[in-house]
Parts: sequence; structure tokens; C-alpha cells
Amino acid sequence: MKLTKITMALAAGAVVLTASIAQADISPAVVYDKAGKFDKSFNEAVFNGVKRFTADTGISVREVEPTNDAQVEQGLKKLAKRGSSPIVAVGFSQANAVSAAAQAYPDSKFTLIDMVVPEANVQNVVFRAQEGSFLVGALAAMKSETGTVGYVGAMDIPLLAVFGCGYEQGAKHINANINVLHSFIGSTGAAFANPSKGGEVARSQFESGADVVFAAAGSSGVGVIQTAADMGKLAIGVDSNQNYLQPGTVLTSMVKRVGEAAYQSYAAEQNGTWKPGFVSMGLAEGGVDWALDEHNRGLVTADMEAKVNALKAAIIAGELSVHDYMSDNTCNY
Amino acid sequence: MNRENRITWINRLLLPVLNVLTAFAVTAVVFWLIDVNPLEAAEILLYGAFGYEEGIGYTIYYTTNFIFTGLAVAVAFHAGLFNIGGEGQAYIGGLGAGLAIFMLDPTLGAWLFIPASIIGALLFGALWALIPAYLQAYRGSHIVITTIMFNFLAASLMVYLMVHVLREMGQMTPQSELFPTNAWMPFVHDVAAGMGYSIEASPLNLSVLLALVCAVAVWFFLWQTRWGYAIRATGKNSTAAVYGGIKPKRVIIVAMCISGALAGLVSINELVGYQHRLVMDFHLGYGFGGIAVALMGRNHPVGIIVAALLFGTLYQGGAELAFEMSGVSRDIVVVMQGLVILFCGALEYMYRPWLIRTLAPVTQQTSAAGVTV
Repeated sequence: MKLTKITMALAAGAVVLTASIAQADISPAVVYDKAGKFDKSFNEAVFNGVKRFTADTGISVREVEPTNDAQVEQGLKKLAKRGSSPIVAVGFSQANAVSAAAQAYPDSKFTLIDMVVPEANVQNVVFRAQEGSFLVGALAAMKSETGTVGYVGAMDIPLLAVFGCGYEQGAKHINANINVLHSFIGSTGAAFANPSKGGEVARSQFESGADVVFAAAGSSGVGVIQTAADMGKLAIGVDSNQNYLQPGTVLTSMVKRVGEAAYQSYAAEQNGTWKPGFVSMGLAEGGVDWALDEHNRGLVTADMEAKVNALKAAIIAGELSVHDYMSDNTCNY
Repeated sequence: MNRENRITWINRLLLPVLNVLTAFAVTAVVFWLIDVNPLEAAEILLYGAFGYEEGIGYTIYYTTNFIFTGLAVAVAFHAGLFNIGGEGQAYIGGLGAGLAIFMLDPTLGAWLFIPASIIGALLFGALWALIPAYLQAYRGSHIVITTIMFNFLAASLMVYLMVHVLREMGQMTPQSELFPTNAWMPFVHDVAAGMGYSIEASPLNLSVLLALVCAVAVWFFLWQTRWGYAIRATGKNSTAAVYGGIKPKRVIIVAMCISGALAGLVSINELVGYQHRLVMDFHLGYGFGGIAVALMGRNHPVGIIVAALLFGTLYQGGAELAFEMSGVSRDIVVVMQGLVILFCGALEYMYRPWLIRTLAPVTQQTSAAGVTV
């Protein structure tokens, strides 16, 4: 995946926009995925972006929270019929519905997050989660004293394998002999919302010798962080900046700014710069990042910070490439 | 009308209607508490469900699912079995329908595909119910526990298959490739267009006819056949049934397999009729909703169709409500369903003593005849 000019234009557009006020009158909308907007993680990050847009511009955003697949398509089409545009569709599971709605309403604009649909009126925003995961993996390896680090995903789906694969590459980049444990919490969507089981899985990894565990598991990750705090080990948060949850325990967070994607999509439409096509958000575009703030300052030495930032710069410059699990469905790098 | 007849009508008609009205009254209070005008909300809900062609289409589409699962629960219930596994049976039924379609040559005609997918769904749904049925009949493991566990097993199995075996190449979403168009259950709006009528597009497909056929078949089976009699006799008193020459173990197996097969048909409406591919979690909510539908519908096919229509209305009208009113979240639908279940299930007989006292009082004559309530 390469850095696209569109993204640069979008990012620039957003920066300009926050400073200016009255722009084109738009009626934006968002369709969350079935987890609902208050999931403390992915959807909520989008919701925060939506809220920020409303606060900045005074334009209200029409929201739909579907409970089943039929309602996703119904909601998208109904929004399009009522003239909402752009309509942000949150999550990979909406791909089929967006495709159908985009064909039925070719004059409406759709922004699909985390998935790609080749339609002329759809903007596809995907995140290079492997890049951010690489950085936190590298930091985990620097911090680890036991030579074993862990990754806990919610369930065994390609989207989460990307996180685990990037993390492993980062860790091995620092220490080629490091042992990386991979575990999954469950096999249904409920695995994203089961903190107690997340904690148990993390416990078994800590007992197997890991001293840093990265959780990519929605609100189950909160349990992982709690267990790390109880056992005096370290955890890494995901999606939102979770450093504040347990200061001194959360080594860092792999931030995935999905809210930014929604915000930028609306802002671009307001600016007249919204374009269909493919937008990839990685380290360079600020779509993913590692989080350093006052809550984890004490855990990250200046030397580590410099090293991680050097890796980040190298990835942005293209000197270091991180293998994307989804390009070939394997983690051979 | 004599007293016995009156009591029958109180049980069959008056009680369910009163219970539903009570549930709606409490819902109105909830709306009022969250600063939503209940009358306006009711208007939007009813308009959303029945006010325009597309809305009606969605309502009947959801109703179709609830008819299948309601019938499934009812058949097991008549045998005295509480089948909580409708979710898993519907999910695995989808696997059966999908595998049947993928195994056939894509160039074959719809006349072969659709029956094949229906048979696949029936077989796999029945198979998923057979194991808990066997465990109940011959090993004494309680059916409620095993069917619940089989819901989780179904979810795990399907995730594994969807991610590692059936996933479309180059796709990140765990879903299969599209079924060949020959295998699609025709949409009602397409059929209508073929006959010269134009109606708005919706997911409503011909599976609704299949659901109605199933309702008639279940009625015929339960009340007009020897097997149906055996099932009902076992449900009423399995010890007594043994004296009638009925083998309860075999009845358990048969009733559960029919129950699972009916639940499996949800996938015909959802996958063969609308999504046209195997997807994850298409069944969520319908298996459990079917329990409420069967309870409300008094385990009778006619009652089940009416109750399913009520739930379909709540699904579609509730979605409309959440769309139109910003103060109403999608969870209000769950609240409404919960209240309906509370008053129709848990508090089923709340009004019964009062109704019987006022509408069918015990007279000298009837008490002498020894009619019991």
C-alpha cells in the first residue's frame, strides 16, 4: 500500500478547515456497525469524530445504528434517499450494503471505513494497522526482560491477524530471538466485549513468561490491562489512547484514528475536495500511531522513544516496509 | 356460549390481546419518561411498518424469520421440550443451504437449486438438533443446557469455516462468494414486476410462502397425524403415553429434528432469499425471538403467524422510529420486545382469574357439573 496524494489533500483540507468557519452546507450522515456507537472502542472513536465535527461546524450528523444486516442496507439507502451526503459506513461488514446502496444512488457519496468497494461514488478508507503494530511490537521487545511478549486478539479474523503480524515483525526487528505468543479470546463477536475472558487469556500468557501483552480486542482489552496491572506486568492498548486506564501498566497504545477518517470525509465534502477511490491511512497520514503521554512517560526511556521514532521515520520514508498480512493471508516476511 | 367455551376464548384470544395492550401501555410510559410523545412514536412505528410498500416488505420479511423459529419452538414444546437452540440450528441450517448450492453445477436451473438449498437447510438444522435430542432421550442430559451449548458450538464452527474454508478469496470479510443467480429465491418485487405490477424493492422474497406452507404443515402434522398425537401425548404426560404404546425417546428425537429443521429454514429467507451468500451472524435474535413468538402464539400455527407479525412490525417499525427520532435509540425495540415477552410470557395469567370471575362466573349449574378451570 502506498501513500496517496488524495490522503495528503484530505489531511491538508482538514487542517485548513478547522481554522475557517462557514463553508458549503452539507447534510452528513453515519451508519455505525452492529456493535452500536457506544462500544468503548471502534464505533465510539467514530462517534467522537462525528461529535467533534458537529462541535466545530455546528452541522448535525444524522446517525443510524442498525441491529441486523438488512437494516444496514436499509439505513444507507434511506439516508441517500433523504439526500444525506457523504454517508460514512463504519466497519468492514458493511461492504456489501455500501456496494448495493452506491449503485442504487449514484449521486450520493459514501465513505467506507476499513474495507474497499470499487464503486465510482465510494471513498474507501483503510488503515495500515501493521505499521502502528510494528512500532508497539518494537517497543515491547525493547522493554521485555523475559524475551517473551504476547499478542491477544479478539477472534481469528484477517483484520486482527494484521495487528498480530505487524506486532511480531516489530518485536523480531529489535530482537530476532524473541518469542511472540499469539492467542485469541473467542470465536464470536462477543469476544470483543468480554473483559474477564480477555484477562484470563492474558494471565495464561503472563504465566507462560510474557511480560508485555498487546491486546487488539475492543473492550475485552480492558481486562487484559487490568490483569497486567494485577500481576505487575505491562500491557499495550489499542484503537483509542488507553494509556490513562492504568498509568504505569499501559506501556503504550496502538492508536487507530477512525474518528479522524469520518471527520476528514465530512470536512472534505464541505471544502469541495471529497473524492471517491482509495485512501490508505498509515503512520504518514496520522491514521495510526503509538501513544506517548504523561501516563506512560515513566515507562518509556528517552532512548526507547528515540528508537521507536526512528523506526517510525524509516517506515514513513519507505526505508522499512512492514508486511501486510492481508496482501497474501500469511505472515511470512 | 357455555362456560367452557368462554374460558377457551378467554385463554386463546382475550388474554394475549390484553397482555400485548398492557405491554404497549407500559411502553408508552417509557416513551413519556424519555420525553418522546408516545402517540407520535406509535404513528411513526406503524407508518414505518405498514405505511408504504418498502416498509411492508421489510415487516413481512422479518415476520418470515419469526414464523420459522416460532414453529420450531412450538413443535418441540408440544413434546414437552424447551428448544433454546434455534439460533444454532438456524446458523447451521445456513451452512446446509450454502453447501447444497455450492455443490451443484452453477448452470443448473432454479427448479433444482431452490429445493436443494431447502433440503440442505432442513437436514443440517435437524442434524444440529439431533445430537441434543439423542443426549436428552438416551443420556438424560437436559435439552435446555445442551441446546444452549450447541448455539456456541455452532457459532465457533461457523467462524472457523467462514474464516478458513469458505471465505471468498481476496476478501477480508468472512463471507462466502455470491451464490449463482439461479440459486436465488425470487424477490416478491421481481415476481410482481413479472406479472405486470410495480412495487418498491425490499428484501421480501418467496420464502414467506414457504413459511406459510410450513405453518399449515405443522398444524396438519400435530393435530391430524399419528406422530403428532404421539408428540402431544408425550408432552402432556410421557408416563401415560408409554401406556398408549408411545415410545417417548423416539418422540423426543423426532420432535427435535423437526424443530431444528424448521429453524434451519431461517437461512432460506436470509441467505437464499436476500443476502445470496453465506455470511456471519445472519441468524442473530431470531432463534430467541422464536421462543417469545411461540409463547405468545400459544404454540398454535395461527397464533404464531400473528405473533410473528407483531415481532416483524416491532423490528421494522422500531428501526424506523430510531431513524426518525433522534431521542430514540435502537435499543427501544429491545425494550418493547422485552415488555411484550414479560407480559405475554412471565405474567401470562395475570388477568386470568379476574377475567374468569367477570366473564365466566361459576354458576350453580356448572359447579354441579364439576367443570374445572
